[in-house]
Parts: sequence; structure tokens; C-alpha cells
Amino acid sequence: MTPRARRIARFLARRLAQGVALLLCIAVLDFALLHAVPGDAADAIAGEAGTADPGYVATLRHQLGLDQPLPVQLGLYLGRLAQGNFGYSFRYGQSVASLILERLPATLLLMAASIGFAVAASLVLGTLSARFANRWPDRLITLVTLFFYATPLFWFGLMAIVLFGVHLGWLPTGGMYDVARPRTGLAFALDVARHLVLPAFTQACFFLAIYTRLVRTSMLQAYGSDYVRFARAKGVGELRIALRHVLRNALTPLVTMVGLNLGTLLGGAVLTETVFSWPGIGRLMYDAVFQRDVNLLLSILVLGSVIVIVANLLVDMLYAALTPAVELR
Amino acid sequence: MTALLEVDGLRVAVNGGAVVLDDLSFSVARGETLAIVGESGCGKSVTSLAIMRLLPPALRLTGGAIRFDGADLATVSPTRMRDLRGRRIGMIFQEPMTSLNPGLRVGEQIAEVLRIHEGLSRAAAWRRAVELLDHVRIPDPARRAMEYPHRLSGGQRQRVVIAAAIACRPDLIIADEPTTALDVTVQAQVLELLKSLQREIGSAVILITHNLGVVAQTADRVMVMYAGRKVEEGAVAAIFDDPRHPYTSGLLRATPDPTRPRPARGVLHEIPGMVPRLGARASGCAFRPRCARAVPRCAEGVPPLLATNSGLAACLFAQEGAAA
Repeated sequence: MTPRARRIARFLARRLAQGVALLLCIAVLDFALLHAVPGDAADAIAGEAGTADPGYVATLRHQLGLDQPLPVQLGLYLGRLAQGNFGYSFRYGQSVASLILERLPATLLLMAASIGFAVAASLVLGTLSARFANRWPDRLITLVTLFFYATPLFWFGLMAIVLFGVHLGWLPTGGMYDVARPRTGLAFALDVARHLVLPAFTQACFFLAIYTRLVRTSMLQAYGSDYVRFARAKGVGELRIALRHVLRNALTPLVTMVGLNLGTLLGGAVLTETVFSWPGIGRLMYDAVFQRDVNLLLSILVLGSVIVIVANLLVDMLYAALTPAVELR
Repeated sequence: MTALLEVDGLRVAVNGGAVVLDDLSFSVARGETLAIVGESGCGKSVTSLAIMRLLPPALRLTGGAIRFDGADLATVSPTRMRDLRGRRIGMIFQEPMTSLNPGLRVGEQIAEVLRIHEGLSRAAAWRRAVELLDHVRIPDPARRAMEYPHRLSGGQRQRVVIAAAIACRPDLIIADEPTTALDVTVQAQVLELLKSLQREIGSAVILITHNLGVVAQTADRVMVMYAGRKVEEGAVAAIFDDPRHPYTSGLLRATPDPTRPRPARGVLHEIPGMVPRLGARASGCAFRPRCARAVPRCAEGVPPLLATNSGLAACLFAQEGAAA
């Protein structure tokens, strides 16, 4: 192994160990938080069944293992988690793992689409903003992004549905695909893409606003830097300066920010998926809260932490690849 | 012999406001080294950026001509200017720590010049870049070319910058305080390198500095600037022996001379006051408020450049013997 590969391997091993420890803390904390809330699955099921018979509730509680002391429940839960067993959702009558796996692709698709859109659009808008700094295109972009930044996500989603779905009728207002259409091939992909537009855009808006400001600032900084002046003094053309000298250095703060935002994005998925009835993890989580489906909720939270931890690790590695002065150790 | 570079009546101003360079004229002959000296804020760097047409957006060229080998750089097209930069005029900046792009290998940053101006292939440009690194006396150049700037010391980075600036063997090298940010021992090495490269290529050099020791070591002629104007100009030895502008003599007296024994050196003089801020320059002679010799007449218009034994000086008393 080269020294560099060894360094990276050491870095990965350390970060992985940290990640596992962090995950354990999060799992315990989540468990404590969820059990601090009054009411449990037995109450919720009994409530829906329309009975308040104490005997029925007690039986239910015993069946669900909810009558055991909390430390025992925690121990059982952590033990299961260590084996990669997420448990069983009594609400859905299905294993939590299969429930999550069923919904995960939809959420990942939505996340990827909104992040991708936010990054791509912010690069364009931020670059324009920087090139026309303090002139009208910059002011217009600033105004629009400020609007995106300040508007609550759900309101934005609702207004998008009203405008594009109801009034203009261009795009579907909810769901992930048209049930009446075939679910194979290119037609299906296009159908999903059409359904994706509004939720992805809605979810992207807030991040688009932040990223655009960030790209604008770092572009301005890069354009004002000594190395760009030196590149100009070497006779380098503007296009090459933009692509080779400015963009790459301007990209690093964006990468950091995207990494930090992944957790927020997962949280935001709850709202977006509810507004657009997108069949993803966010909706599942929202429903689980109301149904006191603690097993399911805990698993989603833990899974969310895993995604965030892994994503941050990837971002750190990407950062090192983009910025030679940053070395993984 | 006609001059390689002839700056004539150059004016630079802040957009719609204060004048930064006022009616600046000077010339540089082929192979010659002209030093431009003055305190910070006198317009030395602005002069060099104006020649390169790389003025920051807040500054504008408002008049004058910059004739370089037949072409007027003040009016030449951006495309033509870009072609001259790096190929016929090389520039070295003050801050080697920040002049190089932190995200590109130093070899690439040199090869870039050759690929643009000489149309070399990636591989050929890289080979030349390694040769150039060797030429600027960086040890183990093939390995060094692969490094990113943060792995190099300040002196080495400045050598890389120099290598990129001389890659196309330019007719003119503009060095804007090339050694100010370096350690004293490294300064001497870098200056020595610059001089030997100049001899080898035959370039003219404009050396911007506020270090008069550097001027004495390297330059043929010197131009002293104050508040955006030329106040004195002439051959280095003559000016140093017999400065006729009070500002020049002030600068000289503010420079320690280690060759003289300590008692004789006495207290180092300083010029009272500071370089005026833009837009706050005194009427008439801008140096008047700091000048011990100033008389009411100094306020009546900018003093003309008068011929002296050592060259030209913009002082009413320039022809009356050594400046106080």
C-alpha cells in the first residue's frame, strides 16, 4: 500500500469507529425522547378500534412488549439493532426493514433530485450574480433567492400545486406515478419524472437560495484573488479562468454546505412528502408519529442518522479531492 | 534606439472620482532595468497593472498612451492584449503565497502559459515546465512539478511564479515587489536569479520596490513616485549620489547603510507625515505638507520636471543643488 492509501484507510477506519459510537448515542437519545412522549402504540390502536377497555389495552401492551421496564426495552432494541434487525411494525403488519426499503428509493430520488437541482441552479445563478455584482441581474437574483429563502416550504408547495397543478394543469399535484399507466420502461420513468418536478423544486428552493448566495460570494472572492490576477497576467482567457481557476476553488464551500444540509434535507422531506403525498420515508415517519409506531419511528431516525453520517464522510473525502491543501488524516 | 516601452501622459482615476496616476511618463529601453520606488500608496503597483491592462474594476485608465513595441496598450483590443500578456510581457507579483492557484499542481500552472501561447501539447508543455523549474533552480524539478503550492516554501513559490513569467522569454518583465514577502536571505537569491535570467533572455525589467538597497543592486535607472506622479528620475548611481527632490533624499536618509560604522550612521531619519489619501492630495506640489523646504510658492501649481545633473526632478529647487 502506498503511504497515501494507508493514510486514507486509517482515516476511514477512524471515522467509521466514530460513526458507530455516534450512532449508538443517537439511538439511545431517540429512544429516550420517544418514550418521554405520553401515549404508546397500544393507546393509538385501541383508540382507532374505538375501545377504551383497560383489559384490552393491557393485553395489547403485553403483546407489543410495552409493559416491560424501559431499560429492558432499550436493551432489547439495541440488541436487535446490533444484529441489523429493525423489528416489526404492528401497525403495518410488516417488518420495519421491508417497509423502509419499500419507501427509501422514493425519498432518495427526491433528495437527489432536489439537491442536484439546487446545486446546478445555484451554480448558474451564483455565477451570474457574481459576474454582474451589484448591477440589476445580481439584484434580481438576490431578490428572488431571498424570497425562496424566506418562504415556508409547505406554503411554497401548496402554491406550486395551485399554480402548476390546478390552474395551468401542467404537472401532477401528488403521488409518484400515475396508477392508470404501465409501470415499466421509459414511459414509467417519464411519468415519475413529471411527478418529481414539483416536490423536488419545492424542496430545493430553500437550499437554492443559500447555495446561490454562497456561490456568488465564493466566486467574487475567487475572481478577486491573486491567483486569478496572476492567471490573467499569464494571458489565460476568461473561459479557462472561469473553469480552471475560479469554479473549482469556488466549489469547496458549496460542497461543505451541501454536506451539512443533508440532514436538514431529510427532515424537510417530511413536509414535502406530506404536501405532495410522495410515498417516501418522510411520509412514513409522519404517519408513524401519529400512530405511536415507536419501532418504525426509531428505525427511520437511526437510518436517517446513518445516511447523514455516511454522506458527511463522502463529503469530507470529496473535499479532500477538490482541495489539495486538505489532507485526510 | 527607440524605447521598448514608452508611457506617455498616463492617467488613472477611480471611477468618476479621485485621480490615482496623474500625467505619468517614462520609458524603458530593451534589456534595461528600471526601478520604480516610493512609499505604499504612491501608485507604483497601479502603474504596473495599468501597463498590463489588469486594473481592478474600480480603477479606470482615463488618458495617455502606453506604447509597447509599436502597439498602444491603452487602446489595443482585449484579445490582442491577452496574447501579449505572458508571451511578451511577463509579470511577477508580490505575494508568492497567494499568486498560485491552490488547487492546481505547480507544473500545470507553468505549462498553462506554454499551452496557451506556444500551442504545445499537454506532454510537451509539462516537459518544458519541468525544465523551467530546473532553470529557476528548484531541486528535483520533476517531482516538484507534481506538487501543489501549499507544499512549497515562499521562495520556491516565487521561483515557480518567475518560471511562469519567463516561460515565453518575454521582452519585458514587470516585477511588483517580488521579494518583499520573502526572508532576507531568500530575497537575495531570488533577485540574483531574476538578474541572471534577465541577462540570459535579454528582457527589460520594471522592478517595483520600496527597498532602495534592492534598487542599488539591480537597477540601471530609477524613477521615484509620489502621490501618483513622477518626482525624480535618473541613473541609479547619480540619483543616489545627488538626489534633487526632497522626497528622494528623504527616502535615502531613511535607509540604513550598514557599510558605515555605527556612530557615523547616527539616527535614521524619517519623513514626517504620511502619503496623502486619494482625493486628499495637496494643491501644487503634493509633497509640500511633508517637506522641510516648502515655501508658499510650492502651492502654486504642480512643479514641472526640471533637468538636473542626475536626471529630472519635480521640485522648484531642483536646480539649486542637493535637496535638503
